[in-house]
Amino acid sequence: MNEEYLRIEQNHDHIKIVSLGEWTLYHEPQIFRALKKIIPDKKIIWDLSGIKSFDSSGVMLFSTYFEQFKKRCEVEIVGYTPKQERMYLLLQKNRATESIPIRHENFFERIGKNTAASYNEFVQYLEFSGHVVSAFLYYLKYPKNFRYKEIIYHIRLSGMNAILIIALTSFLVGLVISYQSAVQLAKFGADLFIVDMASISITRELGPLVTAIVIAGRSGSAYTAQIGAMKITEEISAMRTMGFDPFYFLVLPRVIALMIALPLLIFLADMIGIFGSMFAAGLELNISYAQFIDRLQEVLEAKHFWIGIIKGPFFAVLIAMIGCFRGFQVTNDTESIGAQTTASVVNSIFFVIACDAIFSVILTEWDI
Amino acid sequence: MKKIIEVKDLVTQFGETVIHDGVCLHIDEGEIYGILGESGSGKSLLMKEMIMLLAPTSGEITVLGSRLSQIDYNEAQMLRQQWGVLFQFGALFTSLTVAENIELQLKEYTHIDLKMRNEIIKTKISMVGLPVRAGGLYPSELSGGMIKRAALARALAMDPKLLFLDEPISGLDPIGARNFDSLIKELRDLLGITVVMITHDLESIYSTVDRFSVLADKRVVAEGNLENVLQSDHPFIEKFFKNDYVEKRLDQRVGRNVQ
Repeated sequence: MNEEYLRIEQNHDHIKIVSLGEWTLYHEPQIFRALKKIIPDKKIIWDLSGIKSFDSSGVMLFSTYFEQFKKRCEVEIVGYTPKQERMYLLLQKNRATESIPIRHENFFERIGKNTAASYNEFVQYLEFSGHVVSAFLYYLKYPKNFRYKEIIYHIRLSGMNAILIIALTSFLVGLVISYQSAVQLAKFGADLFIVDMASISITRELGPLVTAIVIAGRSGSAYTAQIGAMKITEEISAMRTMGFDPFYFLVLPRVIALMIALPLLIFLADMIGIFGSMFAAGLELNISYAQFIDRLQEVLEAKHFWIGIIKGPFFAVLIAMIGCFRGFQVTNDTESIGAQTTASVVNSIFFVIACDAIFSVILTEWDI
Repeated sequence: MKKIIEVKDLVTQFGETVIHDGVCLHIDEGEIYGILGESGSGKSLLMKEMIMLLAPTSGEITVLGSRLSQIDYNEAQMLRQQWGVLFQFGALFTSLTVAENIELQLKEYTHIDLKMRNEIIKTKISMVGLPVRAGGLYPSELSGGMIKRAALARALAMDPKLLFLDEPISGLDPIGARNFDSLIKELRDLLGITVVMITHDLESIYSTVDRFSVLADKRVVAEGNLENVLQSDHPFIEKFFKNDYVEKRLDQRVGRNVQ
């Protein structure tokens, strides 16, 4: 602030403005404040010879005020260099009266837009599912076109590589279930019923659900991000032009791989979940492993186990299709990858739980 | 003349692969300096090292008097405000409109009021040859050439002393490209900025670039103005400049100087 950019001399018949120092971006506000104080009531002589350096914002500031003063009184500019003049002319040529359009949406417009967008998305999802089904039927008709390599690759990526995390989660779930119910069951002296409770709930519900949720978070999101990134870099367009249908090359291998991998992972989750509850029962209720397994063979009917496994492919289709669909929904900007990945995980977890609920209702109605 | 950038004995190495092996060059104040070379000769890497996106394996780069190997955080931040960079593919922020992209640094680093800021943005948009209403569009709504222009407007937003351009002409139509060249020249003449550009465009090399260096065989094989470079008999220079197409153009332009 201690530097001077503008000196104003009030003479009897004119005002003399002397510009000094650096007329640049960083000093613009100070110059602006000084200029605002000038009341153009007499002829103005504006001396630019004291300017040490300038940039486009300095020249623009000058030209704004030059025009303002010109409307009110006579203005004479002295002491300018040819460079300053050329800069002035260059900027003047590009001065636009038009303003940059700002897009505004009110509340109702947003609601309308979002509703229409959701509806469109739904229609597109149906279209997408149709595509996947028809591609699948084509596969069945010409099984030699099966992309075994990709399928195996995706089984490894989203199945085998998930073994550790699924084992750990289901062990903890089994342990917690057992631990929590042990206290309650001990009150009734019904210690051994912990086997019934834990084994049936784990094989029927918790095993499949925990596995599906972990896979939705782990592989579903990865599918969206992979396909989304491929869409931004136009890899998908490139595939299309070469005659590689992305449904055969990207979507179906992922869907089929997950349909194979998920039931296997559920089996693993069942085993380890039951082991977790056995471990907790041993600690808390002093039920020996032999006793636990004896009881397990008595109470755990095979149907409970099969129901859990059967859910696997259904969950897999939901997760893989939503993941891939969301990937294709990515538009040409980086932000949409994030938005679509979030949507992919949220949607697939929701639909997995909804699907599980439908299973429960149907199976209860059928008394299974 | 004051040296704006000086590169000394620069070595860049990734594992076993050596990209630069003893690159030396200097760029003077107020000149338009071109960097030329085959694909894979490390032009973009050299620029990345100049703008502190990549640290060289060894050697020293001095930009605007700061030695990049010993620069501290604050000095680096100061330096970053003094240059503008145009990336090859624009690198506009996709979540912001063109106007917001240009405004970003102005808003962050200066105290200019909204009205004046708007004027500056509008002028910059128009200067690079875009219609003002393009300011309200998002990068995903622009064509490739428009993205280039918008990115140049962003690079020019702060009136930088030093401008880095990575293949500024590629993706523009020939007329747009010549306008681009003349705008760069005009800005250099008026504001005394220094321009460093990676280019393959012969027309730009003839008409716009003052001096340039040719990268090949991991080092600078020729440096200077067109005549100096043409005296070299390095295979790449032979291939690039001494073919029928180029010689015809040369006769038209510098004609007698070549012989």
